Amino acid sequence: GFGSLMQDVLWCFSQVKGTIDPGVTEADIISTVEFNHTGELLATGDKGGRVVIFQREQESKNQPHRRGEYNVYSTFQSHEPEFDYLKSLEIEEKINKIRWLPQQNAAYFLLSTNDKTVKLWKVSERDKRPEGYNLKDEDGRLRDPSMITMLRVPVLRPMDLMVEATPRRVFANAHTYHINSISINSDYETYMSADDLRINLWNFEITNQSFNIVDIKPANMEELTEVITAAEFHPHHCNTFVYSSSKGTIRLCDMRTAALCDRHAKFFEEPEDPSNRSFFSEIISSISDVKFSHSGRYIMTRDYLTVKVWDLNMENRPIETYQVHDYLRSKLCSLYENDCIFDKFECVWNGSDSVIMTGSYNNFFRMFDRNTKRDVTLEASRENSKPRAILKPRKVCVGGKRRKDEISVDSLDFSKKILHTAWHPSENIIAVAATNNLYIFQDKVN
Amino acid sequence: MFVRGLKRKCFDGEEDIEGTLAGIKAIPSYNLQRQSLLDMSLVKLQLCHMLVEPNLCRSVLIANTVRQIQEEMTQDGTWQMINTQSTGQASLDRLVSTDILCRSSRDPAEGKHVPGYGTFSKDFESDQAQDSSETMSTASSVQAPRNLQSNMWEMETPQENKGNFQKSLDQIFETLENKSPNSVEDLFSEVDNSYYDLDTMLTGMMSNTKMGHCDSLETFSSPTNTASNSNCKSDLNDLDHIVEILVES
Repeated sequence: GFGSLMQDVLWCFSQVKGTIDPGVTEADIISTVEFNHTGELLATGDKGGRVVIFQREQESKNQPHRRGEYNVYSTFQSHEPEFDYLKSLEIEEKINKIRWLPQQNAAYFLLSTNDKTVKLWKVSERDKRPEGYNLKDEDGRLRDPSMITMLRVPVLRPMDLMVEATPRRVFANAHTYHINSISINSDYETYMSADDLRINLWNFEITNQSFNIVDIKPANMEELTEVITAAEFHPHHCNTFVYSSSKGTIRLCDMRTAALCDRHAKFFEEPEDPSNRSFFSEIISSISDVKFSHSGRYIMTRDYLTVKVWDLNMENRPIETYQVHDYLRSKLCSLYENDCIFDKFECVWNGSDSVIMTGSYNNFFRMFDRNTKRDVTLEASRENSKPRAILKPRKVCVGGKRRKDEISVDSLDFSKKILHTAWHPSENIIAVAATNNLYIFQDKVN
Repeated sequence: MFVRGLKRKCFDGEEDIEGTLAGIKAIPSYNLQRQSLLDMSLVKLQLCHMLVEPNLCRSVLIANTVRQIQEEMTQDGTWQMINTQSTGQASLDRLVSTDILCRSSRDPAEGKHVPGYGTFSKDFESDQAQDSSETMSTASSVQAPRNLQSNMWEMETPQENKGNFQKSLDQIFETLENKSPNSVEDLFSEVDNSYYDLDTMLTGMMSNTKMGHCDSLETFSSPTNTASNSNCKSDLNDLDHIVEILVES
């Protein structure tokens, strides 16, 4: 295979995008990362509402060690800040999620969303332009028709490659609460958008209507104790989707059973461990991300301290639980005080569903091999940024004597958090967003 | 940094308040921790609906935490004890919002789930017509957490929202005026930058004697002048707009 076993894979630094400047402009903070279905394109969204798309260059026979670097392909402003005058509140332009559509023609299509509005963007190339118009000259100025003595047929001439991004659809005014997820259905005709309390189903062609398929808003808002935190369609079954909640539960719904999927087909919840109970138990059980495996057989969930893998056929507990940073369990009060306990980490599968990855603090990110049960902690930092430098595994010291290369829990930088990562659909290439920098790592080429 | 994992001791049916006090003094740190967590949570709830639309997930989780603490305190009997202490000097050392919760108009011994948010709804419905500029009586003080919560969740009705916003602003500003500066500073001496907004706001307010809404809101703009706290996106034009709306309603 392509190196799914941890001992075979050595991760190397490939590229880093973004400023070296230690000061961080808030607008440059990356808020989402996503490869397209072939891995040829890599999109990032940031807090300033911009989308940057990188394209992998063709592999060159002359330079085989440079395995397809990603270069900027297109940059555009997807969302602008808005002000809601009725509520006197700002609507942030931050891009919460980007999802690619599968490529069906020469153009690329992606969905990008902020808190309130989803947009369908078309990204297309233009490398020819027509020349030799009759009614206007080369500068575009209109010619006097009476001065034209002969007619000619305009011809297409090559030009420098231009990549254009145009908004093709704007899906607005359907969400009272903040959108946290978008997911494209396997029918490629519909998609869903989920906010804190509702999930809506859209048809790509229709922007003035959406179907509400989940609504957990209580009649009396005082009774609100649970919100939707993430949602995703099944990769193959277009009638099936899951959504997670702030109480650590996952519901699987079948759209064939009813128009409003308030009654779940399956309900996934792990019984609480009474020995670990504290005032923070509910907060750390809140699920920040849910992802189907590529096979569609499993779902993976991320809560504050763990990543869990669930078998769709077993609802009463996960089949696997991985500790991301259990040393934080004794620090929950401080993390509550500084709000870090509310950080929403994402999680991703590799192409073969054998390895899962998620982020942590201090610019650390973790990988878990489901087969060998081995795990590794790596760091995204400028110090490890020499071309093709192998990343050294990192270790957090939890007490007692600290070894030379270890870092103690109290030295961790909680402002450096890896919330967003992405894994190439078929190769061992990963993209890791570290605040305002995007790191790309690849496995070592033999 | 608080130590986790302290065992909780059960108060077995001590009706005598003195006895309860003695029981609590035996394990002061757990109750202090819990109280501090409650205070911290209430500050977080107040902060979250200032200028930008609050993160609903975060608010719900914090509110659930507050509810858990209150339930436990009711079971422990410490809720009752704090009630009787509320007029003492000790109450000034806590955030006033806790005071608001403690001065419940109902007797917890009735067996009703008083500290829970659910019971406030009836009060709120009947008192909604009350003059919003009323001073902090016991009845209105009980409204505050209910107002805060409803203000957090209910983003749909602008009219009701403005009324709630004004009411909760009233209560926050009036109660904060009564605080002595020293105790406030002590409370926040170890707080990190995420509380900077509240800190600066309090400092700004301490230097003014009697403030109307407009003045109070103007101090929101000072954090951007004194420190580059990116959380405080106050634009003076937006603030003027907010003030306009409040004044009109």
